[in-house]
Amino acid sequence: MVAQRLGLGLLTLFAVSLIIFLGVEALPGNAAEAILGQSATPETVAALERQMGLDLPPHERYFKWLGGMLQGDFGVSIANGREISELIGVRFANTLFLALMAALISVPLALVLGILAALYRNSIYDRSVNIVTLSSISFPEFFVAYILILIFAVTAGWFPSLANVGPETTLWERVYRCVLPAATLTLVVVAHMMRMTRAAIINLLASPYIEMANLKGMSRSRIIVHHALPNAWAPVVNVIVINLAYLIVGVVIVEVVFVYPGLGQLIVDSVRTRDIPVVQACSIIFAATYVLLNLTADILSIVTNPRLLHPR
Amino acid sequence: MSEIKNLELALQHGKISRREFLARTSALGLAVTVPSIVSGTAHAATPKKGGKFVAGIGHGSTTDSLDPGTYENDFMNGSAYLRLNHLTEIDNKNELIGNLAESWEATPDAKTWTFKLRQGVEFHNGKTLDANDVVATMNHHRGEDSGSAAKPIVDPIEDIKADGNNVVVTLTGGNADFPYLMSDYHLAILAAKDDGVDWQSGVGTGPYAMQSYEPGVRMTAKRNPNYHMEGRAHFDEVEMIVIADVAARTNALSTGEIHMMDRCDIKTLHLLERNKSVKVEETSGNGHYSIPMRTNLEPFTDNNIRLALKYALDREAMLQTILRGHGYIGNDHPIGKANRYRATDAELPQKSYDPDKSKFYLKQAGLSELSVDLSAADAAFGGAVDAAVLFKEHAAKAGITINVVREPNDGYWANVWNTDNRGWAMCYWGGRPTEDWMFSTAYAEGAEWNDSSWKHPEFNKLLVAARAELDDAKRRGMYVEMQRLVSDEGGVMVPLFNNYLFATSDKVAHDEQMAGNWANDGHKWAERWWFA
Repeated sequence: MVAQRLGLGLLTLFAVSLIIFLGVEALPGNAAEAILGQSATPETVAALERQMGLDLPPHERYFKWLGGMLQGDFGVSIANGREISELIGVRFANTLFLALMAALISVPLALVLGILAALYRNSIYDRSVNIVTLSSISFPEFFVAYILILIFAVTAGWFPSLANVGPETTLWERVYRCVLPAATLTLVVVAHMMRMTRAAIINLLASPYIEMANLKGMSRSRIIVHHALPNAWAPVVNVIVINLAYLIVGVVIVEVVFVYPGLGQLIVDSVRTRDIPVVQACSIIFAATYVLLNLTADILSIVTNPRLLHPR
Repeated sequence: MSEIKNLELALQHGKISRREFLARTSALGLAVTVPSIVSGTAHAATPKKGGKFVAGIGHGSTTDSLDPGTYENDFMNGSAYLRLNHLTEIDNKNELIGNLAESWEATPDAKTWTFKLRQGVEFHNGKTLDANDVVATMNHHRGEDSGSAAKPIVDPIEDIKADGNNVVVTLTGGNADFPYLMSDYHLAILAAKDDGVDWQSGVGTGPYAMQSYEPGVRMTAKRNPNYHMEGRAHFDEVEMIVIADVAARTNALSTGEIHMMDRCDIKTLHLLERNKSVKVEETSGNGHYSIPMRTNLEPFTDNNIRLALKYALDREAMLQTILRGHGYIGNDHPIGKANRYRATDAELPQKSYDPDKSKFYLKQAGLSELSVDLSAADAAFGGAVDAAVLFKEHAAKAGITINVVREPNDGYWANVWNTDNRGWAMCYWGGRPTEDWMFSTAYAEGAEWNDSSWKHPEFNKLLVAARAELDDAKRRGMYVEMQRLVSDEGGVMVPLFNNYLFATSDKVAHDEQMAGNWANDGHKWAERWWFA
C-alpha cells in the first residue's frame, strides 16, 4: 500500500510542477523584465533573456528542468545564478525549525486542552477555552503577530521583534528569537486540533463500551484517557498532520512580519521575479511535504486503528 | 598654474565655494583636485570610531545578484556604497568630489576625459587598484551582450584605455557632466579578472569588506582598515537586514534591534516621531512622481490638451493627501532641489490649480469637455491609484472626465508604462544628479525611456549644446530654458517630488548636512555616520 501511495505521490508532484510552470508562464512579464524593472529596454531584456536561457521555447525549458530534477539536480536560479539546492537548503532548515518548535508547543497543548475540554464538557472552562482558541484562529495571523510584538517586544521588552537568525546563531539564541513567531503559529493552529480532539472524544463517549465502563464505576478521566482516546486517535492524527503541513507551507505572513528567513519568503520573491526554477523547487518541496505527511497520517491512523485496513 | 593657485587660496579663505572652485577649474580645462584643507572643517561634531551598526532596509530580494549591472533596489544600492567605490562621488553637500579618481581633466570640447587614479588603493583581498580594473569595469557594462542597467550611461564611450595610472575615456560627443555619471551606483569599480571583472566575490575597495551575504536576508561587513578616504567609515561592523514589512521595520527600530530604518510609513510617521529614542530624518531629493502623456497619441498630440490637464490638478492638495506634506510640489519638469540648475520661481513661475485656465486651454483645443483614461497601479509608486482618483476629482471641476483604469502591478513597467498601449499612465522617477542625465534619459527624442514620446527640436538642440558647454553661467541659462520648454510644452506632468524619509536611533550622529541624491544620505550612511 505504501509503495502504491508513494507512486501516486510522485504523479501528484509531476502534475504540480506542470501546473506551477504553466501558471508562472501565464503571468505577465518574465524574469528579465522583472529584474530590470523600470530600466528595461527591449535590447537589455533580450540580452538578459539570452543569458538566462529564456529565449528557448517553454516546453524545452520545462523538459530540461524536469530532466535535471530526475537526476536530483535542482538547477540554478535564473535571477542570480546560485545553486538552488544551496539556496533552499538553509531556508528549508529554518522553516522546519520554526515548524518543529511551533509543533512541540501546540500539539501537546491542543491535546491537553481538548481532553480537558471533553472531560469538563459544557463547563466554564470548556467554554472559555473554546472562545479563546476560536478567537485566535479567527484573527488574521499578522494581527495576532503584531499584538504579540506590541505586548512582549515593544512594551515588555522580553523578546525580540525580529526573528533574525543566521548560520552562526546558537541553538539557544535561535529558540529565544523564535518564541514570538512560534507563539503566533501556536495560537493559529491550536484551535483546530483542540476542537477535533474534543469532538472525537465526545463522539465516542456515547458508545456502548464507554457506557459499560461508566457502569463499572470508573472515573471519568480514566475512561477518557484509557478508553476513549485510543479510539479517537485516527481523526485527531489526521488533523494534527494537516496542521503540521500548514506550519511548514503556510507561514509566509509570519515569516514576513518577524523577518524570518524561511522558505515562504523565498517563494514569494521568486514568483515576483518569475524565477521559475526556484518556484518549481519550492512547490515540489511543499507538495512533497503534503504528500508525505498525509501518508504518515494514514499510516498512523492504521497503526492506532487496524480496522481501517479493511474498509467495509 | 598660478590661476589654480589663486583659486585654491580663495577656496581656503572661503572666498569661493567648493562648487565654484570645481566649476572654474574645469572651465579652465584643468585638473581638478579639491585641496584637502577644506575637507574635515565641516564636521559639526568629531566622529567617534566603533560599534556595530545594524540597518533595516525595506528592499532586497532572494533573487538579488552581486553583479552591479543588476542593482535595482535600495538594498543592493546601499550595499554598493558599503563595499565598493566609484571614480567619483556626490558628497553630503550634493557636490561632486573625487573618490578612486584623484582628479580629472577634459579637452575643451569635453569629449576626452582623463581620470588620474588615487595611488596605493587596495582591494579587500590585497590587490592594488590600477587603471586596468577601471577599464574592465566599464567594459563589463558596455557592449552588445550587456544586460546591465547602466548600459545607456556607458554607451557614449567610444574608447576607454589605461594610460599608466590614468584612464582615458573618449566619448562620441562632448559631455561636461561625464565625471558625475561616474558616481552612478552601477559603475562601482571592481577588480579585473580574466576577461571580465570579479563581482562574484563581493570584493571592492570600499569602506567595509563583506563578511557574509545571503540574498534577500542580510549582509555583514567589517571595516576596511586600509580605507583610502580620510575621516570616514567609523563603525567596526555593519549589518544590513532585509525587513520588507514597514511595521516590522518600525518595531525593530523602536525596540532597538536596528539603528536605522529606511522608507518610513508616512501614515504613522507622527506616531514614530513621539518615540524619544528615535530620530526621523528627511532629505529633499530629485525623486518625483510623474504622469507622462504619450504625445504621439490622441488626444495628447495637442499641447492645449496637455496644458488643460496640467492646470486641472491641485498639486498642493495632492502633496498633503498622498505624501502628507513630506515632499514638495513639482512644476512639470524633472529637475529637483538636489540638482544644480533647478529653475527658481522667478525664472519659471509655478503652475497652480486653475480650472478656468484649464477650460480656456480646452476651448483653444476646440473642445468644451474631455474624457481621458488614466492608467494607474501601485507598482508605479505607493498611492498611485489614490493619486489618480484624487486627480479625477480635481479635473471634474474643469469639465474633464478622467477614467481611472486600475492596472495589474505585475508587468506594469513592461506592458503599461512607456508603451503605445496606453496614452496616459502613472510613473515614478528616482531623479538623476545632473540635468543632462535626466533629460537625456527621459526627454530626449529617441531615448528609450522618453515615456511621453516627446519630440521637440529646439529642446533636443539645446540638450546637445548644454551637454558640451563648460561655462557654468551659459549652461544654467540653457537648462532653465529647457525646464521651461518641458514645463510649458512637454508631455509629462510632474505633480510632486517626494522627500526621502528614514529614521535612526538617537545614538546615531552624522554631519549637519545629508546628501539628497539618493535616500539615506545618498546610501552612504555606513561610511558617513557614527555612534555619538
